[in-house]
Amino acid sequence: MSTLLDVKDLIVRFYTQEGTVYAVNGVSFDLEEGETLGIVGESGSGKSVSSLALMGLIPSPPGKVESGTVVFEGRDLLTLKPDQMRLIRGKEIAMIFQDPMTSLNPVLTIGTQITESLKLHEGMNTSQSRKRAADLLDMVGIPDAYRRLDDYPHQFSGGMRQRVMIAMGLSCNPKLLIADEPTTALDVTIQAQIIELVKQLKDEFNMAMIWITHDLGVVAGIADRIQVMYGGRIMESGSSHEVFGDSRHPYTVGLLGSLPRLDSSGEEKLTQIEGSPPDMRNEPVGCPFAPRCDVREALALERCWEERPPLETVPEAGGDGAHIMSCWADIREGVA
Amino acid sequence: MSSPALAVEKTKLQNEDDYILEVHNLKKHFPISAGIVFQRQVGAVRAVDGISFNVVRGETLGLVGESGCGKSTTGRTILQLYRPTEGNVKFEGQELSTMTGNDLRQMRRRMQIIFQDPFASLNPRMTVGSIVSEPLQIHKMYNNKKERQQYVEQLLERVGLNPYFINRYPHEFSGGQRQRIGIARALALQPSFIVADEPISALDVSIQAQVVNLMEELQDELGLTYLFIAHDLSMVRHICDRVAVMYLGKIVELGPVDEVYENPQHPYTQALLSAVPVPDPQVEENRQRIIISGDLPNPADPPTGCNFNTRCPVRFDLCFEEPDPPLIEARPDHYVSCHRVI
Repeated sequence: MSTLLDVKDLIVRFYTQEGTVYAVNGVSFDLEEGETLGIVGESGSGKSVSSLALMGLIPSPPGKVESGTVVFEGRDLLTLKPDQMRLIRGKEIAMIFQDPMTSLNPVLTIGTQITESLKLHEGMNTSQSRKRAADLLDMVGIPDAYRRLDDYPHQFSGGMRQRVMIAMGLSCNPKLLIADEPTTALDVTIQAQIIELVKQLKDEFNMAMIWITHDLGVVAGIADRIQVMYGGRIMESGSSHEVFGDSRHPYTVGLLGSLPRLDSSGEEKLTQIEGSPPDMRNEPVGCPFAPRCDVREALALERCWEERPPLETVPEAGGDGAHIMSCWADIREGVA
Repeated sequence: MSSPALAVEKTKLQNEDDYILEVHNLKKHFPISAGIVFQRQVGAVRAVDGISFNVVRGETLGLVGESGCGKSTTGRTILQLYRPTEGNVKFEGQELSTMTGNDLRQMRRRMQIIFQDPFASLNPRMTVGSIVSEPLQIHKMYNNKKERQQYVEQLLERVGLNPYFINRYPHEFSGGQRQRIGIARALALQPSFIVADEPISALDVSIQAQVVNLMEELQDELGLTYLFIAHDLSMVRHICDRVAVMYLGKIVELGPVDEVYENPQHPYTQALLSAVPVPDPQVEENRQRIIISGDLPNPADPPTGCNFNTRCPVRFDLCFEEPDPPLIEARPDHYVSCHRVI
């Protein structure tokens, strides 16, 4: 397996009237071909902004990619000109957005929207692209696909619209699919349908995938590797077994502890993380989780406030050292 | 694991017959009208279509289901925020569905609601103090200004907010803090029953546990009864004593929470539970999912026969012929509405 995507030191800021928003503060990760990476974080953790930066979709102004490199198949996407980027977007890297209600154009038919990228990237004519579009809709489980090409988005239900989005994303056989909270707006039974569909298609197309979500349960089922983000930084990253089974960062531990489990009766109280997520308008100094961290409190660590912990291999990690975290403390000697 | 001792305890509770709320055959249909000048009704959205259940004093009853199944409408119709189309709602022994005006307002002291969206449910032009004291003003309690302020400060402190914030506006607070303000407002009149309409769905994961823990503490302290409306089935298992599963305006399954989660009888409940992801890759790898195809039917035009027959994996002839299977006791205290279970 070779590296498909290599992101280094990505920094994204938004210069707004209320001040500078430090959205992404130095994020580095890579992705192998065919691998699924789950990026987990709460609102404001920078998970969506970092993926938009990969696609060159940060609205500017107010946003600005301050520094960093995004190397995709040997080319740095951040240095490409807009028309070069256009050839990659939708063709090599495709994206599925969270809200299927707002990410489809309401005044164009589904057919027009799917065939757009086929005509642009694959050079198909109208009848070829319509045939391919119908095949795609059929593949994502939309019955009577050819006839439905002439329907408008409002004639589809939420789950169906998300299927249309997936069909659009897959239309040009991308090497990388970025799914930004693709099931958050859907009900659980529909979510299960979509996850099952994406898993099956991913194997068929041999794509790499980045699945962005706030739902730890969803990524547990689909991701090979998981990356936990907080305050615009990566807190912990590793295989899903490592991150869930051997969590080392106090934030990951806190997050998992605060989730009730479907498969156990909830007699014990949920452990809660005190306080609220950081205001991203404050310039990041030290560890973003420090104000809410019970391990820092228990060990009375002062450097958490001033120095930013590096992303390093966790102490006594199993496996190949891919389990990394950004924390000064070793949680195992921390809280009792 | 379900502890048998707990199940016994809950059964006992039910036999005491201390029902705070009795809902019988409740229906709420919203009319669909056509015509510009002469409006006429051409149909109805059957949001709630004949449901019956009781709530025992001091318990938390969960109401779960997917969006559009009528769970929020049920909560609001119980509180008479929507007037029922048909059926009875008896709260603390008094019939609410025929009550109007001042009588109803008096009852509202005893029953309150916490809304889903903490951004939309607080008036942005009112200070926290005036939001929390508005119910007191309406019900003419704590008329002494100083006493009222003291009481509001106490309330804020109880829900984990600094009383110093009393003169601030909602936009100065985070989502979790706003939800605490909403809880303080609901508690102001010292109600016995609270409808919590998806109180944590809009909050970040790390904040949800804070609000749930607060609600549990308040319940222990003040003896509150909750109707907890949610779509997060894991949270419902954690917080609720009993759970009712709704589908297309009807209750399909009702019982003690551990019993329903471990022995779901209705095919919809089984599919719903199997669809919820568990944050543990080991569990996920070995899980068998029941994927039900299709979407929720249109509640203005429900299918004939059983409501679930368009998506049910185990349907048979009877499901299309016989309307509504009755809610029968399939196991002790565990009620199911399915032709397969009879």
